[in-house]
Amino acid sequence: MDTQREAYRVEAYDLLAELEISLLELESAPDDMDLVDRVFRAMHTIKGSGAMFGFDAIAEFTHDVESAFDRVREGHISVTTGLVNLALAARDQIRSMLDHADDPVHIDQQQGRRILDGFRAILSAAQTAPAPDGADGPARPAWEIVATGTAGATGEKIYRIRFEPHETLFQNGTNPLALLSELTSLGHCRTIAHLDRLPAPEAFNPESCYLSWDILLTSDCSLNAIQDIFIFVEDACSLSIDLIDRLDAPAEASVSKRLGEILVARGDLPPEAVDEALERQQRLGQILVDAGRVSAEKVCSALAEQEYVQSVRAKREQQSSAGSVRVAAEKLDQLVNLVGELVTVQARLNQKAVLSRDAELLNISEVVERLTDELRDNTLSIRMLPIDVTFSKLRRLVRDLSNELGKNILLKTEGGDTELDKTVLEQLNDPLVHILRNSIDHGIETPERRGKAGKPEQGTIRLKAEHSGANVLIHISDDGAGIEPAVIRRKAIEKGLLSADAERSDKELLQLIFLPGFSTAEAVTNVSGRGVGMDVVKRSIESLRGAIELNSQPGKGTTITLKLPLTLAIIDGLLVEIDSDKFVLPLSSIEECVELSREDLKKTHGRNILNIRNQIVPFVPLRERFAIAGDAPNFEQVVINEVNGRRVGIVVDRVIGEHQIVIKTMNALYKNVPEVSGATILGDGTVALILDVQKLLSGIQEENLEAESER
Amino acid sequence: MRSRADDGEKETAMSEQFNKEMLHQYLTFKLGEEMFAIDVSQVREVLDVTVITKVPRAPAFMRGVINVRGSVVPVVDLRQKFELPATEQTLDTRIVVMEIALNGELTIIGTLADAVHNVMDIEPASIEPAPTVGAKWNTEFIKGIGKHNDQFIIILNVDRIFLAEELAMVPPVDEVQSKAAA
Repeated sequence: MDTQREAYRVEAYDLLAELEISLLELESAPDDMDLVDRVFRAMHTIKGSGAMFGFDAIAEFTHDVESAFDRVREGHISVTTGLVNLALAARDQIRSMLDHADDPVHIDQQQGRRILDGFRAILSAAQTAPAPDGADGPARPAWEIVATGTAGATGEKIYRIRFEPHETLFQNGTNPLALLSELTSLGHCRTIAHLDRLPAPEAFNPESCYLSWDILLTSDCSLNAIQDIFIFVEDACSLSIDLIDRLDAPAEASVSKRLGEILVARGDLPPEAVDEALERQQRLGQILVDAGRVSAEKVCSALAEQEYVQSVRAKREQQSSAGSVRVAAEKLDQLVNLVGELVTVQARLNQKAVLSRDAELLNISEVVERLTDELRDNTLSIRMLPIDVTFSKLRRLVRDLSNELGKNILLKTEGGDTELDKTVLEQLNDPLVHILRNSIDHGIETPERRGKAGKPEQGTIRLKAEHSGANVLIHISDDGAGIEPAVIRRKAIEKGLLSADAERSDKELLQLIFLPGFSTAEAVTNVSGRGVGMDVVKRSIESLRGAIELNSQPGKGTTITLKLPLTLAIIDGLLVEIDSDKFVLPLSSIEECVELSREDLKKTHGRNILNIRNQIVPFVPLRERFAIAGDAPNFEQVVINEVNGRRVGIVVDRVIGEHQIVIKTMNALYKNVPEVSGATILGDGTVALILDVQKLLSGIQEENLEAESER
Repeated sequence: MRSRADDGEKETAMSEQFNKEMLHQYLTFKLGEEMFAIDVSQVREVLDVTVITKVPRAPAFMRGVINVRGSVVPVVDLRQKFELPATEQTLDTRIVVMEIALNGELTIIGTLADAVHNVMDIEPASIEPAPTVGAKWNTEFIKGIGKHNDQFIIILNVDRIFLAEELAMVPPVDEVQSKAAA
């Protein structure tokens, strides 16, 4: 019974998350009956299963909320901001009931009663006033969500786009292929080209466009989004866009269309012709072509459409039936650990095989290597989750906070389908919340102030995730007031973080925000400005092996960029050696390796600066830095790293090569050695240390600054 | 910090209670000429000395890290910590891998021993508190002094040796000021 209760809880938490998203969307699209349905279904499931597994209080509470949405479904109540507010409060209440199901004392019963009273008031108001357009009118939200990209498969539709450019299309410099490829950015496309307008070869004019296309697009975008693509060629083509299938509608509601129906709907054929053909009971397409009613090509295209819609649907059904399996997170972590061990052992096997010179053993070792690589990639991909999960949690935050502070804020998210390791995502939530709070509280101004500054009243916060090599970049940008370097300076001097006569560039001043105990809020609000600020954010991002960057233009806005690794478990590294000590440098930031001879070194006159292709590159002799005994060889190697947009060399004795590195955490005893971010076990069973190049350099910089100030 | 230390005390108090009732077994080993003992329940295994990977910019008594069946385990040299005279590594040198409570969290640490002797029973009654006068080192690290065949055995409180305050000391690295990246 207990496991069932637990299963119910897990499912209910999922439903509540979905409910929140649906409610927020509903607020910006109050007439969308699909959304109302979704809200109703979620409530209904929570209620039904709740009663089944002994969560009677939840079932009882949810009942009234559900009936309110039932009335909305029937059109007796319209969706208002008030209703959405109430429903969100109800959602929070259900969540708290779930959290404290075992100790109901902590549940705020009064809050529950208030919510239910609210719903009852709405229900009774609906009964006394039968006209649904009464109450306080449709919701006019002060904020809304615009999401692009392929986040979430809900609301997907199939469009048929018939694009027939005029022959003169090329003359205004339009490339139809660019338009077609732009369409593919909206969703999955199946494009069928028509050649029927091609003239005889002697009449062919290479500067005329004879082609036309039928495109089938599966996307959740709106009709307008498609029309926007063709906006500049509207006069130079004939264009028709039709919605032919909604994937989110139940299958039986729109049975896949027959060929005849498709041809009629496309206007290629009058319905009578179909009936006539059907009477002859031969293959429809063949008959039509024979009868000269339609070209063979048109039929092929229509057939392709039929096939396409069916295949998309089939895939959809397959997906929903194969579904997913819920696996405990610990089991996954264990799997990743085991794969990590396997990678280590594989490296050992490989080393032994190479030494043995036994062809058969080498062969086996290679096969094992390939399998291990595949297993590793697969295992790591299981732990990858789209960042949209985190983004959608933030939507509620933006909504509530902007209402609370009387600000008008639009949250735009982009790249929600970018995937990140589960552990990274989990630890990303708090820093993101903090950054957003800062943006809403300090960044975006009140509507009045924005008006005076000549900006649109509605502020915009953009959340954008994108891939960049082995990293994911998350940009959080607002078009708010930005950060005034002078204010930072004053504050820093006030707090004793900066001496009054210190000279700092604007960019350096901005970095002071990341110092502990720095908070720019003039007044402490309950939103932010408690002094635990950006330093906590910075630390948590760095603990994820990530980096944080802040750019701000006073009056224009602030952008914070987080750079995060895709995964925390296994990385590609470059193994280097000094004397007999081995170190690993993360490959992601390495640009190249160059040789450094004694003579080269002499020419630098102890300034530790190299000239690489006319670019000045400072370098760090690791042997000196780590006080490793012994003399450097005649030819040393410089590993050039890109750190914070600058190139810096790390001088080592030898570069051994590229290795797959399973990261092991360093023991707590070594927490005072920030340069070492972890360790790994090499093929021969010895331990190599993984260096954090960024920390290595910032450590040197700090020491230099200290040395300067002592002087 | 304060409450954490209290927790540590509570924990050791509890394990002492446990030991009084259950077992009084200790692993004995030599550092220089002195005989030391660790509660056997804290000892995981005894290993031959392998390649120790040095960690740069760490205190000298922290010798580095080794691979113990897939985990990275730090190795410390208690001889340096207790400022005993240095000795050469011999065939008898071993690494004693033990579990300690570091700030309330269980951690695995290895310690170098010049020779590991055996596991012996020491009756609680025969353990005397460490003398506070004339002690060569911090008596906080010592649980008590036992006696066996007329030899004194120093029973260590290993949890105490690795308290955070002790480790926070700045690593004495020869500062080679690197002017690069400035």
